Amino acid sequence: MMVRHGKTVLFFIGLTLWAAQPVLAAEGKTLQIDGSTTVGPLGDAFAEVFKELHPDVSITVKKTGSGDGAAALIDGRCDIAMMSRFMKDKEFQQAVEKGVFPVAHVIAMDGVCVVVHPSNPVTELRTEQIRDIYMGKITNWKELGGPDMPIVPVSRDTSSGTYESFHSMVMHNEKMAANVEYVNSNPQAHARVRSTPGAIGYVGIGFLDRYVKALKVDGVMPTRSTIAKGIYPVSRPLFLFTNGYPKLGSIIHAFCTFYLTEKGQEIIEAKGFVPVTEY
Amino acid sequence: MTTAGSQSDAAVQFTRPLRLTFRDDLSSTLLSWLVKSFLFVVTFCSVAAVLLIFVFVIRQAAPFFAESRVSPLERLTEFFTSRRWFPEHQAHPEYGILAIIAGSFYVTITSLLIAVPTGLLAAVFLSDIASFRTRQICKPLIEILAAIPSVAYGVFAVMVVAPWLQKNIGFPTGTNALNASLILSVMAMPTIISVAEDALSAVGREIREASYALGATRAETMLRIVIPAAHSGILAAVILGMMRAVGETMVVWMASGNATQIPSPWWDLSQSVRTMTATIAGELGEVPQGTTHFHSLFAIGLVLLIFTFCLNLLSEHFIMQMKKPKR
Repeated sequence: MMVRHGKTVLFFIGLTLWAAQPVLAAEGKTLQIDGSTTVGPLGDAFAEVFKELHPDVSITVKKTGSGDGAAALIDGRCDIAMMSRFMKDKEFQQAVEKGVFPVAHVIAMDGVCVVVHPSNPVTELRTEQIRDIYMGKITNWKELGGPDMPIVPVSRDTSSGTYESFHSMVMHNEKMAANVEYVNSNPQAHARVRSTPGAIGYVGIGFLDRYVKALKVDGVMPTRSTIAKGIYPVSRPLFLFTNGYPKLGSIIHAFCTFYLTEKGQEIIEAKGFVPVTEY
Repeated sequence: MTTAGSQSDAAVQFTRPLRLTFRDDLSSTLLSWLVKSFLFVVTFCSVAAVLLIFVFVIRQAAPFFAESRVSPLERLTEFFTSRRWFPEHQAHPEYGILAIIAGSFYVTITSLLIAVPTGLLAAVFLSDIASFRTRQICKPLIEILAAIPSVAYGVFAVMVVAPWLQKNIGFPTGTNALNASLILSVMAMPTIISVAEDALSAVGREIREASYALGATRAETMLRIVIPAAHSGILAAVILGMMRAVGETMVVWMASGNATQIPSPWWDLSQSVRTMTATIAGELGEVPQGTTHFHSLFAIGLVLLIFTFCLNLLSEHFIMQMKKPKR
């Protein structure tokens, strides 16, 4: 019996050792796109259409974050960097030193709407108050002029782009409190807020309807127009960065102007962003 | 059963020569070898699948512990002792799963506290009290419970149970430990009932009759004789139900609320918790491959796998005991 078990154990140890080897992947010739996880879904959807239009070019879209996207463009590891913020001074400096001249293309506007249950009398919050709610400093609606009711903060899962937008624009990258609940889609966030009187949540503009109430943030109501104009505080432009203005007629140029086409705008709306043409 | 007449007919039809030629011998040996190896390959495939899953999970979890930035020991300590789970934070990610393990225990144990007594009573009813007809109707109905897809349970939890808990009991949030436990207990019940019922039925009729003959009442026979005799099978039922509850994903992701906290006070089930399965299911979809966060999810998967593996061994042990003749 012991001998048989000994063999099994040895076998498992062997498997474990073999399993720990790193995986190597080969890379082909591609149009490389890298960067923000927020812009990522747009990059993916654009690339999907481009793969049909240009079957000879293989496009890879990596989502490693805005900072990594900028670094990749500076190092020449990608052709287009997706970024949910503008390039920082330092990144610009590094780029110019390496002979790369970053040019920004705004392809869409990103806005996150803060919503509560329709029965909630609160109509307006300041960004700091929303941050305090999600950090667990404000826990009852009566502190905000509402009824005596515990606040149930609902967040998107931490891997989502909407979370990323909210986390950087409202939370200023502060960590959320332990009692924050997580759901993994806009419809689920909507459903939780709709059925919970004490809830507060955030969704893309496409998910506003009469079952949830959007709050004014710093006195501005979220609408397509206020988001496109950037008046609404929880809104920001989404960028593609290229090295110089792309050569006219090149695939990079086509990609960076794709947001102007009807199909491009459709995709932008489907992904819950606001086209810049909504102005 | 064959009659004597047909047996003699069969003997007449038996025409195969008793001495085989070399060719017959060879072909039948080859055939038996072929069939044997085919069956071996088929069996090996399912065994290999299990082993490959182990390999894959270990392979993906290893980089999480062997990352160069922090020592493996520090990683392990943080992993098992910290309650703070912020894997996506850009500057200071934290990977503590204590609250997540606790969440798994909360919903599992609470659901068992509901499902085990109910399931056991139902099993007793079905094996000893119900008439044959009732049993014929009830058993398939209970088995239907096991066939409902878990997403359907999840929708029920979010759309019906959660608002009900909020409205009628006054919980601030309806997606909480209690909600997940309630739904999980319903899902674990078919397993518990059918395995426990089998165990109770396996206790022989003569043992029951001996008990009655000694003057024991029906209740005494059940409580003092049958249940103790079937205890290993009942334990196996409980463990199988527990495995169902531990491994369930969709329902807990939808019903538990996924807040990374250990309820305080500890008995407050109206607070929302997060389980290991829900964390993996909820975050794996969108996490960039190859990041520490990605590998940390596989590390959670490994913890879960080891846990269910142990539970499985334990239940095998009890089932083996049940099959041994009782003396």
